[in-house]
Amino acid sequence: MKLLTGNDLKTGFVTWWTGADWSLHIEDAADVGEAGDAIAAAEEGARRVNAPYIIAGEQTADGPRPAHIKDRIRALGPTVRPDLTLKPADPAAGDWVI
Amino acid sequence: MYKYDEYDQQMVDARVAEFSDQVRRRLAGEITEDQFKPLRLMNGLYLQLHAYMLRVAVPYGTLDSRQMRMLAHIARKYDRDYGHFTTRQNLQYNWIKLEDAPAILADLASVEMHAIQTSGNCIRNISSDQWAGAAADELTDPRPWAELLRQWSSFHPEFSYLPRKFKIAVIAAEEDRAAMRLHDIGIQIVERDGVHGAAFYVGGGMGRTPMVAPLIKDFVPLEDMLSYAEACLRVYNRYGRRDNIYKARIKILIHELGAEEYARQVEEEYAHVKSLGIDPPRAEFDRIAAQFAPPALDASAPDAIDRSDPDFAVWVDQNVAAHKVPGHAIVNISLKPVGGIPGDASSAQIDLMADLAETYSHDELRVTHAQNIVLPHVRKADLYALWQKLDEAGLATPNLDLISDIIACPGLDYCSLANARSIPVAQKIASRFADLGRQRELGELKLKISGCINACGHHHAGHIGILGVDRKGTENYQLLLGGSGAEDVSLGTITGPGFDEDGVVDAIERVTDTYLAQRTEGERFVDTFRRIGMAPFKEAIYG
Repeated sequence: MKLLTGNDLKTGFVTWWTGADWSLHIEDAADVGEAGDAIAAAEEGARRVNAPYIIAGEQTADGPRPAHIKDRIRALGPTVRPDLTLKPADPAAGDWVI
Repeated sequence: MYKYDEYDQQMVDARVAEFSDQVRRRLAGEITEDQFKPLRLMNGLYLQLHAYMLRVAVPYGTLDSRQMRMLAHIARKYDRDYGHFTTRQNLQYNWIKLEDAPAILADLASVEMHAIQTSGNCIRNISSDQWAGAAADELTDPRPWAELLRQWSSFHPEFSYLPRKFKIAVIAAEEDRAAMRLHDIGIQIVERDGVHGAAFYVGGGMGRTPMVAPLIKDFVPLEDMLSYAEACLRVYNRYGRRDNIYKARIKILIHELGAEEYARQVEEEYAHVKSLGIDPPRAEFDRIAAQFAPPALDASAPDAIDRSDPDFAVWVDQNVAAHKVPGHAIVNISLKPVGGIPGDASSAQIDLMADLAETYSHDELRVTHAQNIVLPHVRKADLYALWQKLDEAGLATPNLDLISDIIACPGLDYCSLANARSIPVAQKIASRFADLGRQRELGELKLKISGCINACGHHHAGHIGILGVDRKGTENYQLLLGGSGAEDVSLGTITGPGFDEDGVVDAIERVTDTYLAQRTEGERFVDTFRRIGMAPFKEAIYG
């Protein structure tokens, strides 16, 4: 599957295209198929995302996951600061990242 | 310390106003990201893995308590309650919102700070010896010259679009604590016949093609230093490659021209530049230098230190250095607790260090390229009280220059350029060697980790260096031995095939075991490596 990701223009936070909007949570990401470039251009033009790009992903039982380690780290947060990730209360939240 | 005059303040305030408008226009959609990106980078604002990152300049690593408190305030108000001290004596915030950037820059400007020229193909923050003005071995305080270079290079119209970024370091001691010869220009203030001058080493650097800067000119009269620097930059700006980013640094130009030919061209240009009157009149330099006048230190202050507390005594032995004034000492605060993140400090810790500088160090702090903090002017009689306060805050780790005093770039945990994580490797090594007795048995051992070839973690200059690479989507770590960023400068050599995260920690243990088995009396790790070569270490690592 192909995922579309970028950073929120105002906050810089990592965002994922859900099919209709942007979400901070990788679990909400949708397969953009071949439509990624067109969505990226439109969304960048609408100033809802900064520097969008398409990545390879895979569907798992827990939801979509980026194929490359860099985007897996982007998806959750720094591996060395679990308190700063999207799921600071869940010590197992990052088990799939590395 | 240098205090802004009205011109400095006007320049910084004008830049805040200009960038505030640029941010407004970007958020309003009046300019695109392609148009905005070079503007934000000129103000130190990057887009990293998780958010915008703001790099704040700390000129030659010197700051006062008021400035340090502002760094803490920004961390607390706009970021996530911490900052990261970098290998270029700067500070980075990792979680900045674009809409907050103008307010942050305004806050910085209110304490004579900024983020100008912390990115882009311009002359970056001038770096220097973190013990400047205090070191027992220095010829003079190099910071007035660093400040002169700062003023000369700030918004320099000719050098705002160089082929590539440009880094300058200035030192004035034989012991090189600033990795001077691994800069684009390294300036060492030297003495000849009782007169001070500047030795210019040009064309050093780390990154993809590491090089040690050759000596281009052994003595430039200090009153001509800016003219000579201008000539060095002009030749580079004219002939440096702009067609290939990997060959654009000055080190490549000098390597291809040859140091002798480059020096000849600089000399020609220098003869012309000297007629332009770039160097300031002596009175202007004296005005700058007067602001670096040493604090009033009582040379009759007690010189003895009560070492009856053994933990304190260890810290004194490891983290306290000789000051040029009797009865005083230089205190090095390690930001490398075992299990911590090299260079990170919480806003509470930053505030505390500011308070302690005010109380014990004449209101001065320094940031080191090894990602530690220095209190440069502490009375020896105050060391114990200071140590107790540092210890309470987790800032008294007695490991300066030991194996756990690791330089590490942010790596793949934060950086969009990185290929592998640096911080977890640093943490695992520090944990493996957590026993302080073991660390001290190993002695001085500078370990440096970069998460990519750009070498922000100075891996080429580590006695032991580690380079993280991406190997088919998996983190892999190459090991290097024998580098040094000090006066015995050298570049490390790769041992052989790389390792995974745990494997590289095991390999380092085999390397240190080999050192302990092979060393002779008084030899540091790097001395033993230079004497016996790579073979015994390779044998221990790979069998």
